[in-house]
Amino acid sequence: MAETTGFDFAKNIRHALGDQQLRKNFKFAMGSMIQKRRLVFADEDEFEQLRAIGQAIRTRALAKLPELLAQLEARCTENGIQVHWAETTAEANATILEIMQRHGATRMVKGKSMVSEEMHLNHFLEARGIEVTETDLGEFIIQLAGETPSHIIVPAIHKNKEQIARLFHGKIPDTPYTEKVEELNAIARRTLRQKFFDGQVGLSGVNMAVAETGTLCLVENEGNGRMCTTVPPVHIAVMGLEKVVEKLSDVPPLLRLLTGSATGQLISTYFNMITSPRRPGEKDGPREVHLVILDNGRSRILTDPQFRQTLQCIRCGTCLNHCPVYTRIGGHAFGHVYPGPIGEILTPQMEGLREAGVLATASSLCCACEAVCPVKIPIPGLIRELRNASYTAHPTGRVPGEGFKRNLPETLAWKAWEKINRAPALNAVVTRLAGLMGDKAPRLGPLKIWSRYRTPPRVARRSLHTMTRAQGVDDE
Amino acid sequence: MSDTARENIMRKLAAAVAHRPAQIPETGALPVPALCQAEKVEQLKHFMQSVRGEVHVVKPKDWVSRLQDLLRPRALKTLLYGPATPHGKTLAAGWPPEDPGLPRLVPYAAPVEDFKSELFQLDAGITGTLGAIAENGALILWPTPEEPRLISLVPPIHIALVDAANIYCNFSDALTAGSWKAGMPTNALLISGPSKTADIELTLAFGVHGPREVLVLVLET
Ligand code: SF4
Repeated sequence: MAETTGFDFAKNIRHALGDQQLRKNFKFAMGSMIQKRRLVFADEDEFEQLRAIGQAIRTRALAKLPELLAQLEARCTENGIQVHWAETTAEANATILEIMQRHGATRMVKGKSMVSEEMHLNHFLEARGIEVTETDLGEFIIQLAGETPSHIIVPAIHKNKEQIARLFHGKIPDTPYTEKVEELNAIARRTLRQKFFDGQVGLSGVNMAVAETGTLCLVENEGNGRMCTTVPPVHIAVMGLEKVVEKLSDVPPLLRLLTGSATGQLISTYFNMITSPRRPGEKDGPREVHLVILDNGRSRILTDPQFRQTLQCIRCGTCLNHCPVYTRIGGHAFGHVYPGPIGEILTPQMEGLREAGVLATASSLCCACEAVCPVKIPIPGLIRELRNASYTAHPTGRVPGEGFKRNLPETLAWKAWEKINRAPALNAVVTRLAGLMGDKAPRLGPLKIWSRYRTPPRVARRSLHTMTRAQGVDDE
Repeated sequence: MSDTARENIMRKLAAAVAHRPAQIPETGALPVPALCQAEKVEQLKHFMQSVRGEVHVVKPKDWVSRLQDLLRPRALKTLLYGPATPHGKTLAAGWPPEDPGLPRLVPYAAPVEDFKSELFQLDAGITGTLGAIAENGALILWPTPEEPRLISLVPPIHIALVDAANIYCNFSDALTAGSWKAGMPTNALLISGPSKTADIELTLAFGVHGPREVLVLVLET
């Protein structure tokens, strides 16, 4: 994953745009995901009703977040789930390591979890001698390749089957080269079955946690999530603290929105609701269940009434699929765990504008993300807010790094623009001058970059103002 | 460490929501469609089959023999079941002891620690259900001490019995009708078909980690 230093977005984008295979893979995949989603939400009215419900559930949960988390903790504890809190990813990692060490465990099987990616958990544990196996097929593929997810739902979508065939053949012992998807799946199944069998600790994410009952909900299709949360004697779940919902009755509409948006399914193959470790008399299931609740900047995001909406996100990934920028450059170019529109608003807030504010520039503001977001996050609006925050002269503390892009030439240019537009006489002179000389002005700085691949518009000889007046409109 | 972490987080969150918006929007609900039992069975069938699940509607007294008919061509060696459940007892009572054409019944009778090696070798598993959901074709399972969680996960074939009277219109309907929130089980599951993935080029493939076949017997009087 891109470390805070050395992240060069422009370079990543150039690189991605030059990779024809990558662009083909993404174009095809995003196109079909859009189609599939469209089919499950074919009824526009119903979809609008449903997402108003989704938005209400998430807004309510965020408004009551401290009390809901306290309730979740109390219920989980009553049920026998051990709850841990972590302000930073380092604390969360340390907690998990400590649990593993207490059990003398050296092998972890992992279900898909974006929060664990955020924590760089694999790297952390592997450096301490623990074998971590990703068991979601997509995650397994990229783990073999030593890569990071390029999409939050289909992490290996940047690879085609030839690339995967070569990878399996090269990295899994005694594996013949095959490009048949069925056979590739069978290879993964065989390899991972043994890992489930031997796993000492299973790790999972959480799609929603129900405060009312202390229930952890997991959505998946493969069954690896159920394996990780049922076979090993210890289960550790990690969640971002925003993932809580108030009531059990909040679950069905969110589930429908999540699976519909993420994969175009009415429901996933499995919906796994975990409320306690193995109870007396039960023959399987983990004897210990731990829940690690991670902050990592979320509590600060919650402070700002506008930015707070970022935390409504249910990580469905559909904004990625619908984003013309993401579709052309893929997830890796974003250089951070969360790519695409959600990454453009979340990452700068988590890591600060100086480090990641540039991500907010990767949008044409076409608003497709906002139109499809199942919980109605106004992503383009928040992108604009973040862009403004990078230049603001009045930092308010709502996001780290405010005003870091503020510079003298731009400030002066805008000051001048303001002066000109506030004085009608000056405005008239400058407009005439622009009409006469505009096309001859040298293209410098940003104008030069901008016009490298675009035809610059011609400046009209006469302004609209003059023309309307000439046509007899006195006061436009 | 975690105590201070908890305090710090809670303090920050409390300060943050002091800005709580004056109005929290009312959470509406989609109407629950009114379906009769036959329609619910039809929908369950439709959605299950659309993801390659197999559904057979049978009379309650016939299900064991029907199951035998369905399993013969599959030539399985073993069938895992919960011997203490009512349907487990019916199954055992109706199963011929030495029929080479049928799988041998294997009871899930010991804790997984003592049973794991055998469990991972079995061919099929059968469970009851709490019902199903017509809207999306999902089965509802609440595993019990008598019928543990791994029966529906580890063997490559999962057979499930659904009482037609327990098919709910949608998930919300099921939650309310069964008053779930009064006491959640260790693990509640919705299962809407065989295990699948589309992680390689979005090509759908079945039976990745869970069962590759799901066979549903709907018992209808
Ligand atoms: S921002 Fe909306 S569309 Fe994007 S991942 Fe989150 S919930 Fe889905």
